[in-house]
Amino acid sequence: MTDNKQKTNLTTRRGALKKIAAGTGAIIGATSMPLLGRYSQAHSSEPIRIGFQVHRTGIGAAYGRWYDRTTMAVAKVINDAGGINGRPVEIITEDDGTDPKRGAEIVEKFATKHKCDVAYGTLFSHVVIGSAPRAGELKIPYFVVSEGHHVASGMLNRYTLQPGITDVKSQVQAMAPFVSANLGKKVAMIFPDFAFGHNHRDYFSEAIEKQGGKVVAKIAIPPTETSFTKYFPKIPRDTDVIYHVMVGPAVLTFVKEMGEFYGPNAPQIFGFIDSLEAVDLASPGLEFLEGTYFWEGNPRYAQKDQSEYDKFYRKAIGIDANGASISDSKDVSTYAHMFGCWETMFTIKDAMEASGYQSPKDRAKMIEAAEAITTMAASNEHPQGDKLFNGKTHQVFGKQYISKVNGQKLEVVHTTSIEDGFYPDETDYTKKPF
Amino acid sequence: MDLGPYLLLASMEGAVQAAVLALTAVGLSLVFGVMRVVNVAHGEFFMLGAVLAWWIAHMVGGHPSIGFMVALIIAPVLTGLVASVIDLTILKRLNYDPESTIVATIGILYILQQLVLMTYGADARPVEAPFNLRFYTPWFGYSYYKLAVIAAAIAVLLGVWLVMSKTRIGLILRATQLDSEIAQAFGIAVNKVYAIVFGAGAALAALAAVLIVPIQQAHYLMGADPLLLSFIVVIIGGLGSLRGTVVAAVLIGMSDGIISVFFTPTLAKILATLLVALVLVFRPNGLFGARAA
Amino acid sequence: MSKGAKQWGLHLGIIALLFVLQFILPAYHHGNLARIMVLATFAIGYNIAFGYTGLLSLGHAMFFAAGMYGLALTMKFLGFSAATGLLAGIVSAFVLSLAVGLLALRTIGVAFMIVTLMFAQSVYLSILYFGKYTRGDEGFVIQQADRVIAGIDLSNPVNRYFAALVLLSFCLLVSLKLIQAPFGRVLIAIRENEERTKMLGYDVFRHKLASLMISGTISGAAGAAYGLLFGYAGASFATVQYSIFPLLWVLLGGAGTIIGPLAGTLFMFYLIDLLSEITSAYMLIAGVVLVLLTLFARQGIMGEVRKRVIRWLP
Repeated sequence: MTDNKQKTNLTTRRGALKKIAAGTGAIIGATSMPLLGRYSQAHSSEPIRIGFQVHRTGIGAAYGRWYDRTTMAVAKVINDAGGINGRPVEIITEDDGTDPKRGAEIVEKFATKHKCDVAYGTLFSHVVIGSAPRAGELKIPYFVVSEGHHVASGMLNRYTLQPGITDVKSQVQAMAPFVSANLGKKVAMIFPDFAFGHNHRDYFSEAIEKQGGKVVAKIAIPPTETSFTKYFPKIPRDTDVIYHVMVGPAVLTFVKEMGEFYGPNAPQIFGFIDSLEAVDLASPGLEFLEGTYFWEGNPRYAQKDQSEYDKFYRKAIGIDANGASISDSKDVSTYAHMFGCWETMFTIKDAMEASGYQSPKDRAKMIEAAEAITTMAASNEHPQGDKLFNGKTHQVFGKQYISKVNGQKLEVVHTTSIEDGFYPDETDYTKKPF
Repeated sequence: MDLGPYLLLASMEGAVQAAVLALTAVGLSLVFGVMRVVNVAHGEFFMLGAVLAWWIAHMVGGHPSIGFMVALIIAPVLTGLVASVIDLTILKRLNYDPESTIVATIGILYILQQLVLMTYGADARPVEAPFNLRFYTPWFGYSYYKLAVIAAAIAVLLGVWLVMSKTRIGLILRATQLDSEIAQAFGIAVNKVYAIVFGAGAALAALAAVLIVPIQQAHYLMGADPLLLSFIVVIIGGLGSLRGTVVAAVLIGMSDGIISVFFTPTLAKILATLLVALVLVFRPNGLFGARAA
Repeated sequence: MSKGAKQWGLHLGIIALLFVLQFILPAYHHGNLARIMVLATFAIGYNIAFGYTGLLSLGHAMFFAAGMYGLALTMKFLGFSAATGLLAGIVSAFVLSLAVGLLALRTIGVAFMIVTLMFAQSVYLSILYFGKYTRGDEGFVIQQADRVIAGIDLSNPVNRYFAALVLLSFCLLVSLKLIQAPFGRVLIAIRENEERTKMLGYDVFRHKLASLMISGTISGAAGAAYGLLFGYAGASFATVQYSIFPLLWVLLGGAGTIIGPLAGTLFMFYLIDLLSEITSAYMLIAGVVLVLLTLFARQGIMGEVRKRVIRWLP
């Protein structure tokens, strides 16, 4: 995938006209029937240009590849169903190298060179925070899929939104009741020594104390570390639960060494799946994880009660029941996060359609339309589940899943309510100027 | 955990790191000693070794130990060949001018890294260890494979020492190191020696990587850390002194493990980094070197 | 026309050209050029140490970061205005370069490279360690409303371009003046032959220290300006990569030429920008360019120009 412009506007202008001319809705299929009329209403059939800022290289690359696949799949689904406001969607992809400086340049490029309508898709927090000021200044809507708390904290601006994935503060907070009720009260935390890890540390400590629990050790691992065994002795012996979250290329080493260190005598282990995102749970050395727990943003393994929406979503991207690529079972997806791309794209569509978006001069109207969104019901558009969007903080809140490793697969044992993740608003972007 | 067992564990971890570091750094030191050039791409040869190991292990199939053993031989040889070609096509044409070589090897660093990105991809991929055994003390469990890494590194280092001190090749290398012009006058094909040394240095780094890749994963950006550390080790050990390099590797590897017992990890890294800098400031020729850098 | 007059004419001409360009360039390139001018200032700073004095530092990212955080942290926590913040950033880099210089300049050659690398690494790690204030790798936004000097909103593209141009012009002309002065000739003498310069009675250490401090302070000014103009401070700017970048830009443009850093930064920026549209392995080409440079144009772009065309190029 080295093409910069991956045109996914499969519904070409000519194709659309033909379909209308033929007058047979059957050609297009039942799902797009209601949208047929839009083609004739559209003032312009120019594609909607969505600038996709992707981590194709650098430390975010494993996530980037799957964010890319998800985005291409959802663009195809949207186009097959008639596009946005009757206009096809065109995804313009640029690699930011997982670097904030380059990220900001890419946002400028989307706005001033590619003439994109919106920018979208960033994951790593530092790239979001480095890019968002430019998005605000260039007044281009910037939809991030990052799970960082940066949007809801009020640090960013009116043009930056996160409508597809719950932020880390909310996720972490929602875990505390389950951990203290089922696993234990004394928790030792291991996390990367940068902002993402510090969010985990601060928000979870606070939440577990409310549950009557206590964090007995906070072990921050330097980001460049490649071996971890020497840190495990810092975990006190009377710990009930180890809470781990790690990111980057060394995650598998981290989890494997934890297994080597404890062997069969481990305390309860609760991890964020980030520690093993895009890693096969059947990898050698991970056997000890049997019976441990993970947070999942979206269950990687198809569950017994799998929804029709999840089936549709998996099929569209090309993912099997184990969360791996259909063409290569070793190619494991970043299933717990990438649904955010899918859902964000549909929110972009909803906001554009609700505001009657025509051209970049309608961007402010589009933001207002997005801010007016409240509920998102579980559907093909929102396969991860029901969500509530907070227009004031520009942040969405959804259910979280806690899964147990069983036979080297993850089985959901608890689903939090959306309310478990609520916290008081820290900002009101709707009061900020455009 | 009590301090005693904790220190034991930290020392064992330090020893593993020291072993891998010693191999990598000796490669760098050999190149510097004989050729008087700083190879900034050394870390990428390390990375290349790990990536090749993944590929070989992936292709061979069967029991993990077969693939691993094949990789242990082939990956360093291939990496060494790549390095020799680079020496003959690029470095030789620069006449081994110190500054140009640094710049050229920065270029080579990017070329190798990006070629791996294009072909192997951006994922970190594991290579299965040849055996997956652990032992348990009352305080912690530990992998036997890690102990095997230490043993293997010691064996290879002894081999290097034997070659350098007891064989004709070693004699030629030492002669070239002392004075390449006189060596040339005595009929030593210095250019050939350089190509071999550059290849051998890279092969040592690759070998270290193959040993470590069942513990860590092969990733296209993994070369930065070994490069930095082996630089430190080579300088602390005294440029071009193989014995000094090994001693420094043990010192740095062990202290990294042990400092982490007493300080929070990031603070430990800051202190260790500053310490190295200050050693260099006050002992610019390294702890064991006598020559001017 | 005298050599000096020609030199001043050329550089003032370039500044005038950059001034005029802002009225012609489309928005995208206008934005890019503002960025490039700030980065080129970083490279100009680097060039004084590396290009003119022969001090190959692998740690200049620490000065850039000192400037950036000196500005951003004082604005965030001490309520400094943008102007005093900028000053605080420059002072931070000045102090850091003094401290680093006093220690690192005791070494030469490869040891100097490593020592600067190590100091820069500890600055980077310290930014992470004090994450409570710096927000670590994630960094933080310098709010648009605060980025105002003397009533001029620096987030406005026209103002930003002008600010970047002022910074670049100032540093460019300062470095030109410096190199024409006797002080600059001593630096070049040190680069060419340190021992001989010492024997001629010059205090080599003090000259090197002054050179490194000017270099570090200009780099810090660039870092502070970058934070101010683009509204973000983050630890990634303190990583090794950002120490390698100015080296690349300077080598590409021509080490030891006043205009080389600007040429190198401009060339590299667009090379990467265009290549990234073709391949995700765009740094491959950066690598190839470096190798080709060392093989065929060791003096860099402006160095070759000086060798072949304009002999009086400073």
